[in-house]
Amino acid sequence: MTGVSLQAPAARVDIDIEKIRADFPILDRVMAGGHPLVYLDSANTSQKPRQVIDAMTTHYEQFNANVGRAVHQLGDASTAAYERARVKVADFIGAADPAEVIFTKNASEALNLVANTLAWGSGDYAVRAGDQVVITEMEHHSNIVPWQLLTERTGATLRWFGITDEGRLDLSQIDSLINERTKVVSVVWVSNMLGTVNPVAEIARRAHEVGALVVVDASQAVPQLPVDVASLGADLVAFTGHKMVGPTGIGALWGRTEVLNALPPFLGGGSMIETVAMAGSTWAPLPAKFEAGTPPIAEAIGLGAAVDYLSAIGMDRVAAHEQAITAYALERLGDIDGLTILGPSEPVDRGGAISFEIAGVHPHDVSQVLDSLGVAVRAGHHCAKPAHRRFGVQSSTRASFYVYTTTADVDALVDGLDQAKRFFQVG
Amino acid sequence: MDLQSLYQAIILDHYRDPHHAGLREPYEAEVHHVNPTCGDEVTLRVHLVDGTVSDISYDAEGCSISQASTSVLAELLIGKPVDEAMTVHETFVELMQGRGQVEPDEDVLEDGVAFAGVAKFPARVKCALLGWMAWKDATAQAVVDARG
Repeated sequence: MTGVSLQAPAARVDIDIEKIRADFPILDRVMAGGHPLVYLDSANTSQKPRQVIDAMTTHYEQFNANVGRAVHQLGDASTAAYERARVKVADFIGAADPAEVIFTKNASEALNLVANTLAWGSGDYAVRAGDQVVITEMEHHSNIVPWQLLTERTGATLRWFGITDEGRLDLSQIDSLINERTKVVSVVWVSNMLGTVNPVAEIARRAHEVGALVVVDASQAVPQLPVDVASLGADLVAFTGHKMVGPTGIGALWGRTEVLNALPPFLGGGSMIETVAMAGSTWAPLPAKFEAGTPPIAEAIGLGAAVDYLSAIGMDRVAAHEQAITAYALERLGDIDGLTILGPSEPVDRGGAISFEIAGVHPHDVSQVLDSLGVAVRAGHHCAKPAHRRFGVQSSTRASFYVYTTTADVDALVDGLDQAKRFFQVG
Repeated sequence: MDLQSLYQAIILDHYRDPHHAGLREPYEAEVHHVNPTCGDEVTLRVHLVDGTVSDISYDAEGCSISQASTSVLAELLIGKPVDEAMTVHETFVELMQGRGQVEPDEDVLEDGVAFAGVAKFPARVKCALLGWMAWKDATAQAVVDARG
């Protein structure tokens, strides 16, 4: 099939899915029992196109050397490729300056970098006893635990936005929740469990009114949406490479220059120094100040290739496809008796992750039956236990989509769910 | 992938109708165990009388495998001397961690042999062991308390 044709959503999506799928070698895999792979776990990690795999292989075969220190041809080439990847990522997210892009190992490290340096700092951004930090109930654990650690260590207070029954943020108390004592507001842009796309700009506006720093977990947003950090309203944005057709082991923290300059270093070591004496050291300018030790070089280059890949398709098209396939899946899943969607059931301000429950069949068992048919989904709490508790459930099954997902993949999911219900004699 | 080898009829029977479910008095030790990767949870109580497992009561939330294995655990171990129950426990753990290479001993494990197929599904072994690990923990605590 070429493209996605649907009755309602968005405009027609002019994206050549067969051509895209041909770039992803793993999509040709035949799973146990002779079932072709139906990969619906992209919110967990996306698959990788040949272009990304080749970029990393070529680096190791032709250019491998450490960066920023070797005075030889390979060192020059490796350093140039690593910094070129930074420029690509910066352009991709609309950063004013590539030095505002800090490479980390993943989004969790990026968020921990922020939460730790806010505790250690001494300037205006430092979090102290009596200060407040605001997050939301729909965060991934990686945007909860670092803030719990920060507030416990500093004597600050952690507060959070609740979730409405439809799976949206409850912003009714925004003016009291974000107040003059608030030092940090950290929110997820697109929920990895509920799929909700949150009004980051609106929250950022209120946060800035009271002088709070705005941190955004964009792990699910950067892969799916056109991103322009300059107009987003955030001060710091964390995301990861492996959910956007890039490799594992590389993520990024974007921050406004002024903010990053005001924060103290996170990890100490090689590369992050200006000079080291036994009596004390001084720090390198951005971005090196936050990149101690040998960085994930091949992974950064792979992320650069991933950004090239997505840019060649066009993020507007990626987003339109995501919306179309999500709309199709919501409609098909909505027709299944006994299936309850956790999160918005309309494809409005909604990303491509759909978590659901099937009455009488535990998510583990659902995913086991699906796996026996070659359909890969996620079962469990998706690192969002508080959001599950909000809906009175312990776990759910989640299907998530990406640029290579077809309506046939969704059909295979629906058929598999029907088999799961029959296997467990439900419905 | 053979679903039938994983979901034996015995497992599905215990899942639909778990034996000895619910929390009861009296008990000497209560534990709460979770499977951190998937969120399955069990609260389990052990009541020992004169070195014998007099009761195992539990409140479990989880998949068919974890629910059924806790049910089989209670069915199998209630009434056994603690030493013997620990031997059954070891045999079950050995079966589960055997990657499908261990021949199950029906004389020892009774309905527990139905879980032999689970050992071939690494992601589900923790499900099958959740209640069993909770029982061992609770029993160890109860024994220590009894010795004062």
